[in-house]
Amino acid sequence: MWTWHTAAALPLNVRFSPQEGIREKHTGTTSIFPLAPLSLSRFTVRHEHRDALLFTILRRFRDELKMNVNQHTPMASPYGQPQPGYGQPAFAPLDTGYPPPYAPYNGPVSAYQTGEPPQGYSSFTTFPSKAAPANPISELSSPLDLGHGRAPPTSGPPPVSAPQAYNQYGGRHQSDMQNGPPPMTQAPPRPVVSQSYNQERVNLSGPPSSYPQHYGSPPAMSHVTSQMSGMQINSGLPNTAGPGYAPPHSSKPPVSNSFSAAPPATYTQALPPALSAPTQAPPTASQQYYGGPPPASQPPFNSSLPPTSQQPFTSPAPLPPSNQPSFAPPPSYSGPPPAQAPSPSMSQPQQSFPPTQSAFSSAPQGSFPPRAPPPTSSQYPPPPTSTPSGQYPGPLPPQQQPPFSSGPFPSRPQMPPTSMSQSNHLPPESQGPLGPPGPLQQMPPPQHAMPGGYPPQQNGAFGQVRGPQPGFTAPYPAQPNYGALGPAPGPAPSTQKRLDPDAIPSPQASDMPTVQKSRHRIDPDAIPSPIQVIEDDKAKSTEPFSTGVRGQAPPLVTTDFHVKDQGNASPRFIRCTAYNIPCTADMAKQSQVPLAAVIKPLATLPADETPPYLVDHGEGGPIRCNRCKAYMCPYMQFIEGGRRFQCGFCSCVTEVPPHYFQHLDHTGKRVDFYDRPELSLGSYEFLATVDYCKNNKIPQPPAFIFLIDVSYNAVKSGMVGIVCQELKALLDRLPRENPDLDSTVRVGFVTYNKVLHFYNVKSSLAQPQMLVVSDVSEMFVPLLDGFLVNVGESRQVIESLLDHIPEMFANTRETETVFGPVIQAGLEALKAADCAGKLFVFHTSLPIAEAPGKLKNREDKKLIGTDKEKSLFQPQVSFYNTLAKECVAQGCCVDLFLFPNQYVDVATLAVVPVSTGGSVYKYTYFQAQSDQERFLNDLRRDVQKPIGFDAVMRVRTSTGIRATDFFGSFFMSNTTDVELAGLDCDKAVTVEFKHDDKLSEETGALVQCAVLYTSCGGQRRLRVHNMAVNCCSQLSDLYRNCETDTIINFLSKYAFRGILNNPTKAVRDTLVNQCAQILACYRKNCASPSSAGQLILPECMKLLPVYLNCVLKSDVLLPAADVSLDDRAYLRQLISGMDVSETHVFFYPRLLPLMKLESGSLPVAVRASEERLSKGGVYLLETGLHLFLWVGANAQQELLLNIFGTSSFGQIDTTMTSLPVLDNPFSQRLRDMIDSFRAQRSRYMKLMLVKQEDRSELIFRHFLMEDKNVSGGASYVDFLCHMHKEIRQLLS
Amino acid sequence: MATYQEFIQQNEDRDGVRFSWNLWPSSRLEATRLVVPVSCLFTPLKERPDLPPVQYEPVMCSRANCKAVLNPLCQVDFRAKIWACNFCFQRNPRGPSAPLIFLYVVDTCLEEEDLQALKESLQMSLSLLPPNALVGLITFGRMVQVHELSCELISKSYVFRGTKDLTSKQIQEMLGLTKPSVAGQPGRPPAPQDAAASCRFLQPVHKVDMNLTDLLGELQRDPWPVPQGKRPLRSTGVALSVAVGLLEGTFPNTGARVMLFIGGPPTQGPGMVVGDELKTPIRSWHDIQKDNARHLKKATKYYEALANRSAVNGHSIDIYACALDQTGLLEMKCLSNLTGYVIMGDSFNTSLFKQTFQRVFNKDYNGDFRMAFGGIMEVKTSRELKVCGAIGPCVSLNSKGSCVSENEMGVGGTSQWKVCSLSPSTTLGIYFEVVNQHNAPIPQGGRGAVQFVTQYQHSNTQRRIRVTTIARNWADAQSQIQHIESSFDQEAAAVLMARLGVFRAESEEGPDVLRWLDRQLIRLCQKFGQFNKDDPTSFKLSESLSLYPQFMFHLRRSPFLQVFNNSPDESSYYRHHFVRQDLTQSLIMIQPILYSYSFHGPPEPVLLDSSSILPDRILLMDTFFQLVIYHGETIAQWRKAGYQEMAEYENFKQLLQAPLDDAQEILQTRFPMPRYVDTEHGGSQARFLLSKVNPSQTHNNLYAWGQETGAPILTDDVSLQVFMDHLKKLAVTSSA
Repeated sequence: MWTWHTAAALPLNVRFSPQEGIREKHTGTTSIFPLAPLSLSRFTVRHEHRDALLFTILRRFRDELKMNVNQHTPMASPYGQPQPGYGQPAFAPLDTGYPPPYAPYNGPVSAYQTGEPPQGYSSFTTFPSKAAPANPISELSSPLDLGHGRAPPTSGPPPVSAPQAYNQYGGRHQSDMQNGPPPMTQAPPRPVVSQSYNQERVNLSGPPSSYPQHYGSPPAMSHVTSQMSGMQINSGLPNTAGPGYAPPHSSKPPVSNSFSAAPPATYTQALPPALSAPTQAPPTASQQYYGGPPPASQPPFNSSLPPTSQQPFTSPAPLPPSNQPSFAPPPSYSGPPPAQAPSPSMSQPQQSFPPTQSAFSSAPQGSFPPRAPPPTSSQYPPPPTSTPSGQYPGPLPPQQQPPFSSGPFPSRPQMPPTSMSQSNHLPPESQGPLGPPGPLQQMPPPQHAMPGGYPPQQNGAFGQVRGPQPGFTAPYPAQPNYGALGPAPGPAPSTQKRLDPDAIPSPQASDMPTVQKSRHRIDPDAIPSPIQVIEDDKAKSTEPFSTGVRGQAPPLVTTDFHVKDQGNASPRFIRCTAYNIPCTADMAKQSQVPLAAVIKPLATLPADETPPYLVDHGEGGPIRCNRCKAYMCPYMQFIEGGRRFQCGFCSCVTEVPPHYFQHLDHTGKRVDFYDRPELSLGSYEFLATVDYCKNNKIPQPPAFIFLIDVSYNAVKSGMVGIVCQELKALLDRLPRENPDLDSTVRVGFVTYNKVLHFYNVKSSLAQPQMLVVSDVSEMFVPLLDGFLVNVGESRQVIESLLDHIPEMFANTRETETVFGPVIQAGLEALKAADCAGKLFVFHTSLPIAEAPGKLKNREDKKLIGTDKEKSLFQPQVSFYNTLAKECVAQGCCVDLFLFPNQYVDVATLAVVPVSTGGSVYKYTYFQAQSDQERFLNDLRRDVQKPIGFDAVMRVRTSTGIRATDFFGSFFMSNTTDVELAGLDCDKAVTVEFKHDDKLSEETGALVQCAVLYTSCGGQRRLRVHNMAVNCCSQLSDLYRNCETDTIINFLSKYAFRGILNNPTKAVRDTLVNQCAQILACYRKNCASPSSAGQLILPECMKLLPVYLNCVLKSDVLLPAADVSLDDRAYLRQLISGMDVSETHVFFYPRLLPLMKLESGSLPVAVRASEERLSKGGVYLLETGLHLFLWVGANAQQELLLNIFGTSSFGQIDTTMTSLPVLDNPFSQRLRDMIDSFRAQRSRYMKLMLVKQEDRSELIFRHFLMEDKNVSGGASYVDFLCHMHKEIRQLLS
Repeated sequence: MATYQEFIQQNEDRDGVRFSWNLWPSSRLEATRLVVPVSCLFTPLKERPDLPPVQYEPVMCSRANCKAVLNPLCQVDFRAKIWACNFCFQRNPRGPSAPLIFLYVVDTCLEEEDLQALKESLQMSLSLLPPNALVGLITFGRMVQVHELSCELISKSYVFRGTKDLTSKQIQEMLGLTKPSVAGQPGRPPAPQDAAASCRFLQPVHKVDMNLTDLLGELQRDPWPVPQGKRPLRSTGVALSVAVGLLEGTFPNTGARVMLFIGGPPTQGPGMVVGDELKTPIRSWHDIQKDNARHLKKATKYYEALANRSAVNGHSIDIYACALDQTGLLEMKCLSNLTGYVIMGDSFNTSLFKQTFQRVFNKDYNGDFRMAFGGIMEVKTSRELKVCGAIGPCVSLNSKGSCVSENEMGVGGTSQWKVCSLSPSTTLGIYFEVVNQHNAPIPQGGRGAVQFVTQYQHSNTQRRIRVTTIARNWADAQSQIQHIESSFDQEAAAVLMARLGVFRAESEEGPDVLRWLDRQLIRLCQKFGQFNKDDPTSFKLSESLSLYPQFMFHLRRSPFLQVFNNSPDESSYYRHHFVRQDLTQSLIMIQPILYSYSFHGPPEPVLLDSSSILPDRILLMDTFFQLVIYHGETIAQWRKAGYQEMAEYENFKQLLQAPLDDAQEILQTRFPMPRYVDTEHGGSQARFLLSKVNPSQTHNNLYAWGQETGAPILTDDVSLQVFMDHLKKLAVTSSA
């Protein structure tokens, strides 16, 4: 979790003049400000909680802040500290004696342990990794952290584990276990769950109780941290906390390397509340101090140091032991925490933070202030002392930094700063936790205390906030505006410069001064960094991901990992928004977290992963449940000696057919368990019988029909010639099942303008024959025999045809085209041939010729932004909807290649492709020379890619939930069957689930996605993907085990569909609102109490705001003036079929610095912001659709020489679409890199060269998603503040 | 003075005209009493080697009420090919020296060998066409394809779905024949069609000879699968519509032949005659009488509309229907009746079709095709006469003039008819009315005159006008009835009355027509017969009428009026040819000719009577549609025994050969080729003969007539003798 302590609410934006009013209203605003204020005050971020990171911003010490800012290193140190703290706190809570929580903890712990044994450590590692990575599942990280923390406590074990990150995890877990010995028992059953439980429980304990727990834990953690840093300082609880923290840090680093070390965050959450508690306040402060230290520890984490850090930890571990003991005895914890908290805070504050403390005081962190200051200051000073373990040393700002860089970020040069910022954040969190610990111990009191404590702090914060708020309000007067905020951007820039100065004043006069403060800005480094998260995840995902364990979130899509199918579908096939779904509809509704899965049924697997096995159940067809018709899968429970099986979905008992009978072993598993993919794997295919075929006829092999526009524009642009030329080669590469045999796919050709020309290419003909159909009002196929032919047989005739087509139409003057009849023609041809197939339509212009589906130009920029805007996204005639339906019925998939020079009404033309599972490609102002490559590569890929036809997808779920909504390129004629005329390997369908009953934690929730399709060889098959997720009764578990990337995928699809029926503004508002609710719910139910001025984000969702902002800023929802309606419609439909990795890079492009390229690994990306661009560098930006090479004005000559063969910036030709082939490693590597990027994406990315300060840079900047953009999109920072405000509104 | 016989013959040779009466009764009343109207058979293009044509084309103003001929005072814009009439200022397209146009419309739903034969015939025909003639190709089956002949890269065709009725405008748009911009310019004459555009489909033979030959060679059978129990889907209606539309758009008022080759009935779309279910047979007369022919009316209406459009533009539609079953000629009869002709055969792979088709391109002594196009025949009469109508392959032009009678016979109400395609034998029956009142007698020695003005496009693409003027004396019926009687041309009268009967049969029930014919015959006999009242035996007809009743007897039995044993298609086919052939051929159709070959003497014509069928004779019967060689029982046995192979029986061989040679001679000149039947006593094909001869011997009276003569016919039909007896009885009975 991220906690923003805006001690001083800082006047983020200049505009906020009306501070007071706002303040009152939005206490939370202050917290927002904090963000902005960063500059003003410092942000101290603590990652105390596993779940969340706390950002604490301390106004008071501008200097320090500055210092921090300037010195990223110091920041880092804070991280380290906080983390440890967090980790501990979490434990603490457990210990504190929330049995339930403990149980969970124990659970997790035990789980880990248990998990380890059964699944092997790998599994653990995975878990831990998740946790650590700051994966959505903060739990994991937290647990890990905890583990570490615990480990230390366990001292004994820890050391061992400590040395080896993974081992450590194990150890940690064990340690955790120890910590929560009582819970242990419980824990064992569900490792993952248990983890989640921990959090959940915390949450569950009731906001208050949970808080307390958290607090409790946090305190512990803090104690530990304090122990770590100044372990000795704090006795008892502190110690425990200390160790906790320390370990966490250490552990985290090892685990994920990610700073995010979610764990801390969670802790922090917990802590904050604790802090809020009056008494605890001090502890919090101390925690903050810890925070300070934590950072240090974090840095180590971040840094490759992990090991080292671990070692240090281990060393600390010893210390921990002492702590541990304390842990072990819950009571002791309670005791210690408070003590610790205070002590740490004391020490830290005293050292350097006094000022900060003051700031805090003024700010919400009355309690915090001390913390914050202490952390940093104290840390630094203390770190050394505390660090005696060695970890601390790390923690120390300076030291830490290096670790960071070396560690997680090592790859990224720039990373350090970010890490730093994070570290900063962490500290605060740690503080938070620390604070909480105190309170935690006293469950009830803490809560009460919390509020009380907070109020003051918050107030303070509010005051500050108020200042900023006004500004915000101005910029964000209305959330809606938010997206388009012009104002916000304005202020931001100014704020940056003035930040520091303003910050200072603001903190002090937090209340009023805010006005000026409005200009202040939050340090971007201090807010959650996508890059950091991605890198952390990469670092921790070194082991193969095995799918055997229910409810575990896979590595991020940006991570390159190997999957082992052990009973659940690979994440390459299915990704869920949450792997712990709420047991009840109420919970789900409360959280507002969408429950959805992104399913990519035919996804291509990497070469080293086995494609789904083909299972043949014989003439009777696949074995299925009698009632719900679910297919045989690992969730079917065989009973009665194997004679029957009970369906996991509907519980119906079905007889096992004699031929399928098999005895069960002593565990109740069938003896042939491992021989049958359908019993042991998550994904496999059945061979369908004739009963599964249309009309009960074995399908014919599919056909490809190429329909080429030959109107004037098409010919002139060169498209016709290119297509014809390319097709000659492509015909040899039609999809086939057996690579050794010729493809069975038949082909046909049509050209058209106002009329259609069919071609008879029968092999017996000497020359092809053209058949012109001018009667486009009722399209029909003029010939049957000779239209669809086997390539091998008719090759000569086909080649002759393709040679002739460009010639025949070279002098055409026909400019009008039809479109509806073109698709009808292909459809009729397939009907006549009685087969499924795919149409490739190459089209140039708005179909204005008299014919069905005729369109008129309706592009009206004046409608944009009005309530009528939505109509522009709707098809202008219903003709195509009807046509699409017919296409689907026939299994006719349509791929559309557009080459428009003006408005073509993509919204309407795309209806059929989108409804039939097809794709739309658009090459605006197509010119043969510059766009040929992109087009041809797209075409090649599109023709060759694996594809199934005439598909029906059915998503079955276990009782309690139900697939209610579907997003993607398909057609539905009823509410359950997703019909796809064509389904290729790049198409994903997003499915939303809703409760229709209560779920049970024991059975979890099962999803089975079965896709019936015709393979390219004409074989009818059923592909089955199974997925089981956990169910939780604690909201915190939900938040701990979800995946932001998938959520964004869902939200974007939901929103993009929403604009069909709602004003764009309303859609944006809805999005913002939903996210605010999600986060608010977390804050309210899962996070430890803290100042409203703090922005607390679940670890797994800490990137939600930034990604959401990207969605809001997309051209679809917030068009720039130069974005055409077609472009928006195009993107809109494009998103609908995207999987998670595509949406991820689409919304948050990756930006790679190219200054240094090492073979074998990619440079670490930098955040998509102009600030990150160095004038002296060269960067590559990839969105999945575009590829930019940005060249800084002062780029090193050597670099230019290596890339372009010229050392002169001025001589670089920006029109080039591919880099010159130069014989130097750098050039080679760069080109390889670009090639590999292109290979990764389903669409070829044309390389665009952008020179700094060139005019074309505007386009490039559009993709720097963290910056505000010209069309009014908010910067990340601004949006975060806005989001914070929203959340606070919700909370109040 | 020559006999009337000679006079008539001279007139026919010279003018191509034969009148029913060569002396005209001088008043309406008298004319009416003559029973057979004053009428004539007119053969507009009677071949007249001695007739010098005017050697330039008369070009007339296109305004209907102007028609001034192009003259030196007119302004001519040579670039735009437009001239302005100096009388009415109408701007006229300068007459394109319109080439002949042949548009082949080919059914591809044929058996493989049929199609192959047809393809070969078509390819062969290319060499027979005048090199500058334009040729086009439309093929159809389930779809209709218009082949573009000018394309050089790959063959190209425009396809129309066979189920959709399209307007001419739509068709032209779809073929790219109309430029949208042209439509917007009023006042301009309807597109001097973009030559290039229209030429895509209609190309000079010499340019596309090779192309088209290849194209025809690659012609495939309709590729759409025909499920069991179904007929192939044949879009004849749309194909014709497209053909008509194409020509309308490109060469209006220019001579063109649409040649439709079909191997079965239209089974889908407009003009559909029967559904594609084989279990539903095509309509029979029985169905039609029971009003069970579902598609009949609709299809007929459809083809009528097409025929009229085609006629308006002077395009003719010829139908070559070759199939064992019916092909829907009944419904399509209008097409050919109004504009072209029909050829019916069993298969395209028969000499009947092949030679008939070849004969279409026969040339005359000048080396010109025996065909002319776009004929407009106008009849002008002297005051005492008015024209009632015409029966033949013509369409009314609705030109009401002073010489048009109110009383319509045949296609009436006009003095001008369009005859889209003309051959030298094309003959119209034209009916007149004497309008002079009885009380205003025509002065003695007065003559009535009739002028036929026939404009047409000669096959050498010239436009020509032939004017035939004839005059006949008026005669007072009361005082000169004898003269009038002797001026009676009973052959012409029989044919003219038969045409009236056939014309009526198209719209009336068969029995009604027969009754009407009988009544007319009886009245004629009453008028001109010599008899004592109520004494049949006293009845006697003069020589000039002596054969007339016999013609009527055979006419009553002919397939033109009897539908029994004929399919509706056959009836249409026979009627079609009957109303367009000249007198001689028409008479053969009414009363077939029977020749006898035997060792008893030279070949001789014998009575068309069952008594002529003797064992030692070879009979050659020419019914126009069939040529039957019948070997008598003995002859057949000899032939079977192979005597003709023996040297000593050379004479027998010659006897066998004689009818073959004569038949060959007939075959040489006949168009269309008759069905050639070689049969013998007891052969199944002998029915052709047996059904035609007068059944003087039947199973009923077999023994009344002695063993030696003839062969009994198993029929209940009345014989000529019975018929004549009845006729006499009725004629002499006052009550009739």
